[in-house]
Amino acid sequence: MTRLRQMHSPLAWGMVFLVAALGIVGVPLLNTMTEAGSTWHVPDYMVPLLGKFLCYALVALAMDLIWGYAGILSLGHGVFFALGGYAMGMYLMRSMAGLGVYRSELPDFMVFLDWKELPWFWYGFDNFGFAMFMALAVPAVLAYIFGFLAFRSRIKGVYFSIITQAMTFALMLLFFRNETGFGGNNGLTDFKFLLGYNLQEHDTRLALYVITASVLFISYLVCRWLVTSKFGRVLMAIRDAESRVMFCGYNPLQYKLFAWTFSAILCGLAGALYVPQVGIINPSEMMPANSIEMAIWVAVGGRGTLIGGLVGSGVVNGMKSWFTVSYPDLWLYFLGGLFIFVTLFLPRGLVGLFKRKDSA
Amino acid sequence: MNAWLERTREFWRRDQVFDFMLPPLQSRELDVSHGVVLYLENITVSFDGFKALNNLNLYVNNGELRCIIGANGAGKTTMMDVITGKTRPDTGAVFFGQKIDLTKYNESEIAAAGVGRKFQKPTVFENHTVLENLELAMQMNKSTFVSLTARLSGEQRDRIDEVLSIIGLTEQVYLRAGLLSHGQKQWLEIGMLLMQSPYLLLVDEPVAGMTQQEIERTAELLTSLAPRHSVVVVEHDMAFVRSIARTVTVLHEGSVLAEGKMDEVQANPKVIEVYLGEGY
Repeated sequence: MTRLRQMHSPLAWGMVFLVAALGIVGVPLLNTMTEAGSTWHVPDYMVPLLGKFLCYALVALAMDLIWGYAGILSLGHGVFFALGGYAMGMYLMRSMAGLGVYRSELPDFMVFLDWKELPWFWYGFDNFGFAMFMALAVPAVLAYIFGFLAFRSRIKGVYFSIITQAMTFALMLLFFRNETGFGGNNGLTDFKFLLGYNLQEHDTRLALYVITASVLFISYLVCRWLVTSKFGRVLMAIRDAESRVMFCGYNPLQYKLFAWTFSAILCGLAGALYVPQVGIINPSEMMPANSIEMAIWVAVGGRGTLIGGLVGSGVVNGMKSWFTVSYPDLWLYFLGGLFIFVTLFLPRGLVGLFKRKDSA
Repeated sequence: MNAWLERTREFWRRDQVFDFMLPPLQSRELDVSHGVVLYLENITVSFDGFKALNNLNLYVNNGELRCIIGANGAGKTTMMDVITGKTRPDTGAVFFGQKIDLTKYNESEIAAAGVGRKFQKPTVFENHTVLENLELAMQMNKSTFVSLTARLSGEQRDRIDEVLSIIGLTEQVYLRAGLLSHGQKQWLEIGMLLMQSPYLLLVDEPVAGMTQQEIERTAELLTSLAPRHSVVVVEHDMAFVRSIARTVTVLHEGSVLAEGKMDEVQANPKVIEVYLGEGY
């Protein structure tokens, strides 16, 4: 009971549940129960779009955990997101064996490349459970190894950020190659079925939306639980004064590595939910600019709040959707300007506007 | 060839084991059967040829309050770094009690073994409350997975209250540490060291930037610790050193120049020449 109070005040708990209920139950109801002309109606095309935003919000949550609380700015979280997405994409490709353009047992791009049999690393991906396991395990293992090497060598700050950029860039180049075996430039696309449900049908999309919203809600609660535990306090202490933490007898390596790996797992999860809703995964998800944009979501929303990441990703992506339709040429200028504005005038982000000054 | 042979021989020395095979420093029992808590023997540390410590020998007795003085660059901070595992000595041995060879362990292991260090600049966790600062410093299992579910027990809370009253911050317990005054931060940091129940406390320039009252409070605080803990204080402020010191060690150019009672040391012609002569 006291633990719940530490996580949120009663008022904040109420708000969290209200927003969650609105997101998980409200949107599907407004979509199905209202008339098409009504002001309250959520049009069909909005559902996968909102689902996509929720996936981004999950990434922003993961990003805020590692940046806002542990002070580790990753500019390579796009990799973990994409790897989770690829694992899901591989399952979706395998689940439609024989239904592709070439009616082959192999995915279309392999037929196109004149491959005769499935590469070994595609084995097992026709099993949904295995694919989901890999969607979380591959980002986790990559993050663990990368993090172990970087944190053990005590690489921090800008240097760490640059290395993560290099990592995402290197993996992007790797995935762009046809020989790597993940569809090269085009990636994986033209999906048809998820667990037998037709991905083109609205009901499937609605279900995916509800699942995404629920996963985001649970992830938020887990993250909130983490940062209000003693673990979270140690993490923040590492952010503020790492050497002091060491002389207190903690090993920062373990703490950072845990938070870092957990953050990567959340990104993998987000990627796996993203792919069936968007219908494509290709190496451009690993572009360094994508990972930087993830950092911008958190910066705009407010670091070290968890809520900030969610708000920031919603605001930035909402504006992106509108801008890229209305003024496509201006979007990147606007994004850059927004980042500068937030850095100069709202160092604690949008959420910081609603907090008292001394509670930083 | 010869050098290669020497290096290879190092590998099969029978009196030593490989570092990675050492048992973790878990035992909190310190062997001080000879009455000495810290041995520094023939320590040499050089940075790019400059010898920060030059064949330093220093022994700290159990329960002693030792002051170390010396001009800038005499090697005081480097010595602290060597003891706490931040810097590895080029040669020499550092023993904590009779058995623990500190050169083999890293910072957090040494801290867990019972060596607490207070930095020159007060470093407390500014975004945490005083209570949380002490909680984080408390002697307990500090592995990641234990921390996920750790809760303060009544006993631990009592221990925190006890330390709060020693350092005189009982009223500020829920205040954010960043809002404390300079002196209060220094005391909080000493309190954080006490929470670790260390055998040995290393305190680097505790009174720099303090007011006269704060200096007096700090002197009381440090002397009150001495019988239960061994305390090593590095300080520039001679008046402060005189007010607390029983034994004083003077460092000069990386080695011990003189050691003894404050009066003896101050009367020592060598000391007057190199250190106290310069304006004291």
